Amino acid sequence: MIAFIITTILCFITYLILTTGSGTVGLWSIEEILLGLILSLIAGFVTRNVFIKKDLRMLNPIRWLIFVGYVVGPFFIGMAKANFDVAYRVITGKINPGIVKISPNLKTDLGITLLANSITLTPGTLSVDIDEETNDLYIHWINVKENTLKGDFVDCKYICGSFDKWIRRIAE
Amino acid sequence: MMEFFNEYLIVLIALLISIAMAIIRVIKGPTAPDRIVGLDTINTIVIVGMVVFGTAFNEIIYIDVAIVYALLSFISTLFIAKYLEGGDF
Amino acid sequence: MWFDYLIYILLAIGVFFNILGGFGLLRFPDVYTRLHAGTKCTTFGSIFITGSVIILGLKMWYLGSTDGSILAIHTAGALVAILLTNPTGAHAIARAAHKSGVKPVGAVVDSLQTKSLKHNVNKKIIETKKMEEEK
Repeated sequence: MIAFIITTILCFITYLILTTGSGTVGLWSIEEILLGLILSLIAGFVTRNVFIKKDLRMLNPIRWLIFVGYVVGPFFIGMAKANFDVAYRVITGKINPGIVKISPNLKTDLGITLLANSITLTPGTLSVDIDEETNDLYIHWINVKENTLKGDFVDCKYICGSFDKWIRRIAE
Repeated sequence: MMEFFNEYLIVLIALLISIAMAIIRVIKGPTAPDRIVGLDTINTIVIVGMVVFGTAFNEIIYIDVAIVYALLSFISTLFIAKYLEGGDF
Repeated sequence: MWFDYLIYILLAIGVFFNILGGFGLLRFPDVYTRLHAGTKCTTFGSIFITGSVIILGLKMWYLGSTDGSILAIHTAGALVAILLTNPTGAHAIARAAHKSGVKPVGAVVDSLQTKSLKHNVNKKIIETKKMEEEK
């Protein structure tokens, strides 16, 4: 039941965003609001078992606040650094690539997805593959530092920086 | 109204240069994944180009087209990647 | 108006990074490094160009036009779509390239290679066991 309500509300918000500026009630017309309500009830009923599983910890609004802080703060700074790094390598052509393996110790699917996307958009790294059983990530690193290659795994702090701590706070 | 938005037309020309470089990579690319990388880059630039085009000519409907294009091109990229990888769908 | 200058600066930064992405696509030696250029640079440039459109929309909304609100909110939707889909597509392409046998040029280390080798060996052992059982 609670999954049905949450899915319906999310569908309704998406519909309202896509039909902005259609009338005079706020930014919407009364027909769009009624039609959106009916459609989101149908969509929420059909997909109530698909979108939300038993895990309800993302309903906590504090996690969403931390997520917004993460995107605006460390993530955006990391992305700006990444682009100047790529610009430097495009112009000079100095690369030293390799595929390494890290073990971030995250358990939930949402956490590992967020970490893989963050790694792809930040300095010199690109996630290539994942080991589904142990949640290890394989990373293509454009500038491998030789002194980090001891044993099977590379230490997480050389690649993620502080991202894994933030994501543990958001999704675990 | 048109004269006010003219700087966006210059942005469109610059985006066309970027698309031209990606097309060179699509034609030259030695392997199939190279060509897909070029196509993926073209998709992203076309989305931005649609937003800029809608702003330049003050036609809001192009921006809705851009949202739908983003989602559909993502699905097509995933499908081609899955096809290259082999195995079951 | 200082708003106009802000819009010009954001557009210039966005165009610079988009062209850099195309240039890197031509200059790098193999698929993985090209993905670095083609994904990061275009995403970052798109953030700035759509950001300038959002600021223009907010300004028009502030001056009392409903078109401005549509422009700002729908462009923000397009930006969210780009940010969600772009890294995931890059990940899918990289995985497909590695599985179809493209080696990274000049790689110092390749951990994924050993994984897929082990996987293949395990598969062969299982297949031969099955064959023997059938006999």
